Amino acid sequence: MRELSLNVLDIAQNSISANASLIEIELKENADENKLLIGIYDNGKGMTKKQLEAVRDPFFTTRTTRKVGMGIPLFKMAAEMTGGHLEIESEVGVGTRVKAFFNTDHLDFIPIGDMASTMVMLITMNEHIDFLYTRSLGEKSFTLDTRVLREILEGVPFSEPSISAWLKDYINENTKHITEV
Amino acid sequence: MKTLEELMALREAAKAQMTTRDDSSEVTRIVVGMATCGIAAGARPVMNKFVEEIAKRGLKNVTVAQTGCIGMCQYEPIAEVLVPGEEKVTYVQLTDEKAAKIILEHIVNGKPVAEYTVGAIKK
Repeated sequence: MRELSLNVLDIAQNSISANASLIEIELKENADENKLLIGIYDNGKGMTKKQLEAVRDPFFTTRTTRKVGMGIPLFKMAAEMTGGHLEIESEVGVGTRVKAFFNTDHLDFIPIGDMASTMVMLITMNEHIDFLYTRSLGEKSFTLDTRVLREILEGVPFSEPSISAWLKDYINENTKHITEV
Repeated sequence: MKTLEELMALREAAKAQMTTRDDSSEVTRIVVGMATCGIAAGARPVMNKFVEEIAKRGLKNVTVAQTGCIGMCQYEPIAEVLVPGEEKVTYVQLTDEKAAKIILEHIVNGKPVAEYTVGAIKK
């Protein structure tokens, strides 16, 4: 993957396949310590202990739990390349939490990339799922909650071109606002 | 800065437009493979282009959806175009430029772009 935002798009597909009704996506950056946490948390069907062990191994999982496949191993690799790591917690009937830790000053750190595109795609392609997106840098943070936006929209779909365009600009402007010094 | 007040205004405009929309069930579907293989090969810009072109041209009754791995990972990004009453067309190794051409030639003019199809690649 050329951007971490593509890994996020990919990992979130697992939450969608797990029938999640709420998917939380968190990007938490600490510029002083050069740390980045990317978290994808869902309330989907969760995984058994056996499945949880399997998702880390691409060659085992591709043949048993086809929905998981290479996504987690690639995301894990992206984190480990920077000296970071990946954690997964999951409970059947409760959901799954994936956390990847990165050292942003490492030479092999892949840029975050176009998170607005990732979020707009997830939101517009999955109208029945709610998303809670938080991007923070130190003390500053930006949150987008589709449950709040949905109330404003009164049934107009997110995929309506004028709405999805607004959504993308809204995310980009707010991200710029918190990431600019 | 974009505001929630602006979103309210857009909602009203969208509502007014939606009521005038054709309710025909003859919907053309464009399905883009968005599994790990598709995403890694560049499916996101392709998907964005389809959505953008449909919006730009104001095309009604065309929807874009995502699907998982279609099973030909080496040919990703892949999109299937399903026009009602016609055979499914599978496009492979797409780019955003190819996506724009498919909208114009296939969706608007009704002529599939043979050179981008899986049949053309496999020969």
